[in-house]
Amino acid sequence: MALNNRNFGRTKAIVAFLLVLLLAVGLFASCRDQQEPGSEQLEESGISSDLAAIAEARGLTPDDVSAALKTYTPSGTHDEYILFASGGHAGQVYAIGVPSMRILKQIAVFTPEPWQGYGYGAKGSMEVLAGGYVNEDLPLTWGDTHHPALSETGGEYDGDWLFINDKANARVAVIDLRDFETKQIVKNPISLSDHGGTFSTPDTEWVIEGGQYAAPLGWSYSSIENYRDDYRGMITLWKFDREAGRIRPEESFAMELPPYWQDLCDAGKLVSDGWIFCNSFNTEMATGGVEKGEPAFESGASQRDMDYLHVINLDRAVEVAAAGNTTEVNGFPVISLDTALEEELLYFVPEPKSPHGVDVTPGGEYLVISGKLDPHTTVFSFEKIMAAIEAGDYEPDEYGVPVLNFDSVMETQVELGLGPLHTQFDDKGYAYTSLFLDSAVARWSLGGPYADLNDDPDWTLVQKTPVHYNVGHLVAAEGDTVSPDGNYLVSMNKWAVDRFANVGPLLPQNFQLIDIANPGATMQLLYDMPIPDGEPHYAQIIKADKLEPWEVYPEVGWDPITQSVSPHATAAGEERIERDGNNVEIWMTAVRSHFTPEHVEIRKGDHVTWHITNIERAYDATHGFTIPAYNINLSLEPGETETIEFEATHDGVFSYYCTEFCSALHLEMTGYLFIEPDDSQAFSESD
Amino acid sequence: MSVRPPYRRVRKMATMSVVKKFFGPRAPADAPPDERIRYRLPAMLLATAAVLLLISIFLPYWKMTLMAPQYPGGLSVQVYVNQMTGDVAEIDGLNHYIGMRPLGEAAQLERSMSIAAITMLSLLLLAAIFINTKWVTLLVLPALLMPFVFLADMYFWMRNFGLNLDPTAPLSSSIEPFVPPILGEGLVGQFRTIAEFQIGLYMAFLASFIIIVALYFHRRAFKPLVEKMEAGAA
Repeated sequence: MALNNRNFGRTKAIVAFLLVLLLAVGLFASCRDQQEPGSEQLEESGISSDLAAIAEARGLTPDDVSAALKTYTPSGTHDEYILFASGGHAGQVYAIGVPSMRILKQIAVFTPEPWQGYGYGAKGSMEVLAGGYVNEDLPLTWGDTHHPALSETGGEYDGDWLFINDKANARVAVIDLRDFETKQIVKNPISLSDHGGTFSTPDTEWVIEGGQYAAPLGWSYSSIENYRDDYRGMITLWKFDREAGRIRPEESFAMELPPYWQDLCDAGKLVSDGWIFCNSFNTEMATGGVEKGEPAFESGASQRDMDYLHVINLDRAVEVAAAGNTTEVNGFPVISLDTALEEELLYFVPEPKSPHGVDVTPGGEYLVISGKLDPHTTVFSFEKIMAAIEAGDYEPDEYGVPVLNFDSVMETQVELGLGPLHTQFDDKGYAYTSLFLDSAVARWSLGGPYADLNDDPDWTLVQKTPVHYNVGHLVAAEGDTVSPDGNYLVSMNKWAVDRFANVGPLLPQNFQLIDIANPGATMQLLYDMPIPDGEPHYAQIIKADKLEPWEVYPEVGWDPITQSVSPHATAAGEERIERDGNNVEIWMTAVRSHFTPEHVEIRKGDHVTWHITNIERAYDATHGFTIPAYNINLSLEPGETETIEFEATHDGVFSYYCTEFCSALHLEMTGYLFIEPDDSQAFSESD
Repeated sequence: MSVRPPYRRVRKMATMSVVKKFFGPRAPADAPPDERIRYRLPAMLLATAAVLLLISIFLPYWKMTLMAPQYPGGLSVQVYVNQMTGDVAEIDGLNHYIGMRPLGEAAQLERSMSIAAITMLSLLLLAAIFINTKWVTLLVLPALLMPFVFLADMYFWMRNFGLNLDPTAPLSSSIEPFVPPILGEGLVGQFRTIAEFQIGLYMAFLASFIIIVALYFHRRAFKPLVEKMEAGAA
């Protein structure tokens, strides 16, 4: 076939081009010691003068050219990995291709978003958002997303669900990866602040939401004078029903914790499955009040050399909660601190000063914790923790929680640099730790069962690569699962400073892609990607072929919230308008390039319920729908049925139209909503 | 309808009845084994043709692929004797811009009768196995012509649909009425159309070819017997 011949010809051309480029890179690399990679050298080496001239004209070094070759993703080809990143205080989640670092989608989660028709009239999304209002009379229109968690099966990402928390209001959202849409938001009934979420247990039976700033549980009030008695930390275990794709609040529970500020958590896996680890800071229980002459939190919370890693027996906590050995707080079952101690659910491990991340190694044997004010990263042994618990090797803290002996449970400490925060893993026995103050990513070798995976000595710093700047989290491909992939790492930098053209004083964040495919001191910075929308925290990278999203909704008339055919699904020919008193109900279809009906005549004061079904079956044949002045905008993906409901409070003639450029006759895809003035008003105006 | 006399009785009749003239002589039961194939071959070929036709009911006969920039995988419709599958809804959606009627309105009668009709054709082929005279041609002719009738009907409907476009359709001013080719490439708007025969139609053609071969061997096997019988009767 002509088509195949053409493709084949193009493939040959691309292969030839790449071979030439690779050759160029090899020769570039061999000339590395020389001062300038001038085109003269390249031409001398027998490399295509065109390519050399391009590199020369753009001022590209051999490393630049190799970085370009490792990341360039030609038109029509797809990325090997998908990165799901929190959108920070944009309240959303990003899906980004790796290694191209192209943004594929911003998934609306806590913030209304018009392109996806999320929170602009579509009843399903309005209800999802309203489910997350802490107080029904105070709509929340944003969130501070922190830590996305992909659902797991046997400790591996399965590509089915994605969870993310809102630190600002202590909420957790559930995203369905069949259509990349948010299906549920639950608010924490006992806390208004979370940080240690979301994390998934190895089979996603539980979604972990750890607290942050201690406060009286149940959103209640108490004076700061009563901090030690009334303020509490918490961890909430949300039960996830995989079949329904919903968190089941009625089957979930929380645990009361001392008023230390819990930070990040991680679920144990494999040998440590059934346990949860959360670290904490402000075990000083500083209460702030810098304006009153008290130490500011930043110093008050940084006095002790050690804070507490919380070691929680999840399996036993589940039994205790199931047995009803809980206290109701704001209608939610909470295992009290006393019960937790009686039932031996909670232990503390001293951990170096004000840590940020606690990260469990792929096999579950070690916990890696970096005190951000200590240049070491500390590795704890789960086996030793269990042995110490068994041996009763502990002393109670102020709240009676057993504190294990640091030296008995610590495996080793590795000096990495300043401001170590978070750690991820690869398939070659290396760990990667972000160094906030050094603005670097450290690669270091693990020991124990990982020792033989590389040639470097155990528990040793191998390479530090500078990043730009102030790295927070980092993420390696499947780097927090039981079988990390290696290959790529993304450094999620808080500051960009000079990396991009100045766009005014508010700068984007900077995601930097790093090649970690080869062992030893070979990490290479590949690409800078600006994130101009909220400050992302954590991310996870999943192999793209694990995701199997729908191309179009499975059947015409699909309700994306229930993931089933809507009772208001409307087929072509079934369109109608029905009136019952002041209630008007409309069943409409959308197809390229018209809505049916195109005239909707109602009266001011009517209560309008309007169902629209996009009856298309073609990939990408999405229609929008907007009504002026009523703040309505829908996204109707192929097969989708949406419902809007509003009061016709203002009369006039309103042109509704399709907001997605759907076809050549897109502008013609419109109709008129006539809202007649009501009689009494018409009478008084003419009077 | 008269009841057909039992075969044995026919043979016993002194003069050759119409029935016998139609069915012809039986293959000699005492033929040597290596000669038996001579009489069985036409029957085997006709049965094969019948089976091919029956199987073809479940397979596509014809396919049209539409290629356009915004459909990287193309759109296609597969035509079976009784149904159309593939991107019919999408193609209908696009066709409404040029005022073409929905594909489902084409050949409704033909599609509704097709399975019964092809089953009949196959039964006629099987019945033909018992006819050892030239009248066998009459029974196999419908099956022989079947793929040609299919194509003629396809062409009729393509022409009917392509030439009868709704003049009030959005793009009626830019797309002139047309007849898409029944085989090979055509062009409609930004769409390149590629029409191809499919396995079902090839099976029907193969059945036609086998029938012709069967007729040849039939003639070779039975014509001498018929001539002998006619000579005997005279």
